Amino acid sequence: MKNKLLSILTVAAVSAIVTPATNADSREKNVLAPYFSSVTTPHSTPDPDGFIGRWLILEPIGKPNRSNTVFTDSYLREAFNTEYFPGQFTVFPKHGDKVKVGKEKLKWHALDSDLFNVKLFRFATNMRKPYYGVLFWVVTAIDCDEDIPDVRMSAGSNSASMWWLNGEETLLLSGDRRMVKDDCLSARLTLKKGRNIVRGAIINGPGMSDFCLRFLREDGTPVNNIKISINNP
Amino acid sequence: MNRKNILLCASLTALAAGGNLYAQTGEPYIHDPSTIMECGGKYYTFGTGGGGLISEDGYTWLGGGVRPGGGAAPDAVKIGDRYLVAYSATGGGLGGSHKGTVLTMWNKTLDPQSPDFRYTDPIEVAHSEDNEDCDAIDAGLLLDPTDGRLWLSYGTYFGFIRLVELDPATGARIPGNEPVDIAIDCEATDLIYRNGWYYLLGTHGTCCDGPNSTYNIVVGRSRKVTGPYLDNVGRDMLHGGGKMVVAAGHRKTGPGHFGRFIEEDGVEKMSCHFEADFDRGGRSVLAILPLLWKNDWPVAGDPFREGTYEIESERRGYGLELAVDFVRMEGGMHRFWEKSEEPPVPLKSQTLADVIDTWPEGEISVRTGDYMFRPHQKWSVTAVPESGGYLGAPYYKIVIEGTDRALAATAEKELTTVPKFTGADEQLWRIEQLTDGTYRIMPKKVPGCDTPLALVSVGDSTPSLGVFDMESDNSKWNFRIR
Repeated sequence: MKNKLLSILTVAAVSAIVTPATNADSREKNVLAPYFSSVTTPHSTPDPDGFIGRWLILEPIGKPNRSNTVFTDSYLREAFNTEYFPGQFTVFPKHGDKVKVGKEKLKWHALDSDLFNVKLFRFATNMRKPYYGVLFWVVTAIDCDEDIPDVRMSAGSNSASMWWLNGEETLLLSGDRRMVKDDCLSARLTLKKGRNIVRGAIINGPGMSDFCLRFLREDGTPVNNIKISINNP
Repeated sequence: MNRKNILLCASLTALAAGGNLYAQTGEPYIHDPSTIMECGGKYYTFGTGGGGLISEDGYTWLGGGVRPGGGAAPDAVKIGDRYLVAYSATGGGLGGSHKGTVLTMWNKTLDPQSPDFRYTDPIEVAHSEDNEDCDAIDAGLLLDPTDGRLWLSYGTYFGFIRLVELDPATGARIPGNEPVDIAIDCEATDLIYRNGWYYLLGTHGTCCDGPNSTYNIVVGRSRKVTGPYLDNVGRDMLHGGGKMVVAAGHRKTGPGHFGRFIEEDGVEKMSCHFEADFDRGGRSVLAILPLLWKNDWPVAGDPFREGTYEIESERRGYGLELAVDFVRMEGGMHRFWEKSEEPPVPLKSQTLADVIDTWPEGEISVRTGDYMFRPHQKWSVTAVPESGGYLGAPYYKIVIEGTDRALAATAEKELTTVPKFTGADEQLWRIEQLTDGTYRIMPKKVPGCDTPLALVSVGDSTPSLGVFDMESDNSKWNFRIR
C-alpha cells in the first residue's frame, strides 16, 4: 500500500514537471544557459565553421571510471557496443522521449549548443545529473539536397568517443583525450541526398566532457550546405 | 663524507652503471617546476607542495629551495632586483573541487641562507569558484619585455586558461582588470615573448600517471598578449589547438610545465618535469633541454648524445681535424671514362691503425679541412659528469676516436690536442645547442683567461678561441655522423 501510494505520488509529481511542454522547455533553457538553448526552429544549419550544434542528447548513463586512462580501443568497443536501452543503435528519438537503462529512466533532450562544441559536462551538471563516470548518447540528422561525396567526419571529444554515420562506424577516439577541433577525421564518405543519421557515444571518468563535430571537404573547408534536424523522418 | 659528496658519488655510480646522461643529476625530484631563476650565481626552481631545488652549476640539483604556502605549480619571474613567485591553492583537481586561488609574493633573494631571505605575505590575484569553467591554479608569469607589463596565465583542463594583468610594482591584480579566456584543454601554461610574437605554452595529455603519463607541451602564438593564440595550422588554442614542443623520449615520459631560460642571445634552455624517469624508478624529475626556434616556433632540442662525430664548422662546412699528414688511400682508382666489366669490390675505410704511426706523439694542433671520414677527423665526445656541468648538461671530453688524444684550449687562446686526457679544465667542453640548431662549443676554462671563449672559425681552415657571437657562423658548429 505504501509503495503503491508512493508510486502514484511519484507519477503525479513527474507529470506535473514534464507535461506542460512549454514550461519544461523554459526551465531547460534557463538552467542550460549559456551553453545550450531550446530548439525553436524546424531545422538549423552549421555554424560558420561547419560545427553541428543541434543534437538530441540522452541524460547520462552511469559508467563509473575513476580515471580516463582505461579507455583503450578494446574497452571502448565493448562499452559502446553494449546495449544499454532498446533501439540504441537505430532509434531516432524525439525531445522528451524516455528510455529505461537498468532501473533508471533517462530522457532525451533536443538542444542547440550555443558554442562550437557541445558541453556535455554542463548539460549534466546543470540538469543535476551525474557528471563523472558517465556515458552520453547523442544523435542528430543531417538533411542534404544532393549527395555530397568525398567529405570526412571530423570530431574531437573529451574523453573518448565513437561515432556512426547511417549505422556505419566512422570514428573511434580512444584514450584519455581532450576535445580538440579536427582531432580525428574519418575516411572519405558520402553524405547522401536526403537524411543522414549521425550517432555518437562519449564516455568520461573525471573532468569535463564535451565534443565538437563537423564535416570537412577534401580541401579542408567545412560543409555548410546541409540542414540539421531533430525531427523524426 | 658530507651529504653532497655522498650524493655526487651515488649519482656517478648510477651513471657508470648504465648511464642517465639525459637528465639532471643529484636529486632532481620535482613536479610542476617553476621557471628557473638565477640568483647569486645559483639556480632555483620551485614545485608543487612547497620547497624546491637548488643547483650551483645548473647540472647537479639538490633539495633545499624554500617556497612557503604549499599548493600547486608555482612560477617565478625576476622584476628589478626582486623575485615574484606565484603559486596556487587548489580545491582538489580533476575529480575534486575546482575552487582555486592564485597568490603572489616577493622575495629579495631566493637563497634561504641569505639574511635578506624573507617572503612577503601572499596576496590573492585570481580565483575560481566551483561552478566556473576555470580552475585557478597553475600560474604562469610574463614580464612583457616590450612595455614592462606583467601578465598571469592560469587554469587547467577544467574549462578555460585565463589571462589577467598584474601590477609589476606590487604583484597585485590591476584594479578593474577582467580575465581573458585564451585557451582550453591544457594546463600548466606559461607565456613568453620573442621576435614580435607572444607564445602560450600549455601542457596536454594525461598528468600524474607515472610511466603511462601522456603529458606533452604544446604552443600557440599571437601578435597580442591577449590572443588569439593560434597553432601552426591556424587552430585557436580556444579550440584545443597546439603545436608540439616536447613529448616523451629518452626513457622519460610526460613532459609538463614549460619554463624558458635565456642564457644569452642564441642560447636558450627550457625546463620542465618528466612525469616518469625510467632510469630513476619512474620518479618525476626536472629536465633542462635546449630550446630551439624554427620558423619562429619553439621546439625542444634533444639532450646531447655521446658518440663519434665529425665536428663541422658552420662557416665553411669543413671538419675539425688533427694537423697531421693526409694519408692517401691505396687502390680504388678507375679510368671512369672506360667501361669496366669487373664487379665493384667495396673499399675498406681507413683505420686508426693505418695512420696513427704517422702522427707525432706530443701535442698536435688542429685545423679544419675537407671532411673525408678519416681517423684524424673523427671525434668521440663523452660526458665527464664528475667534473660538474652547466645549465642542463655535464662537461664533455672530445678525443680522437680510439685514442685518449684530447682537444684542449691553450693559454694563448688557441687550440691543440694533448696525447692523454687528464680531466684538466682546459680539456673539458661545454656543448650547447643554439636556438638555430647548431652548437656552441666552449672550454670550461682557458688557462690564464677569465673571459668565456668559444670554439670559432677565424678562417675557413683555421679554428681558434674567441668571443661567441650568435650573429656569426664563425661561432657555430655541427656534430654530424657520416
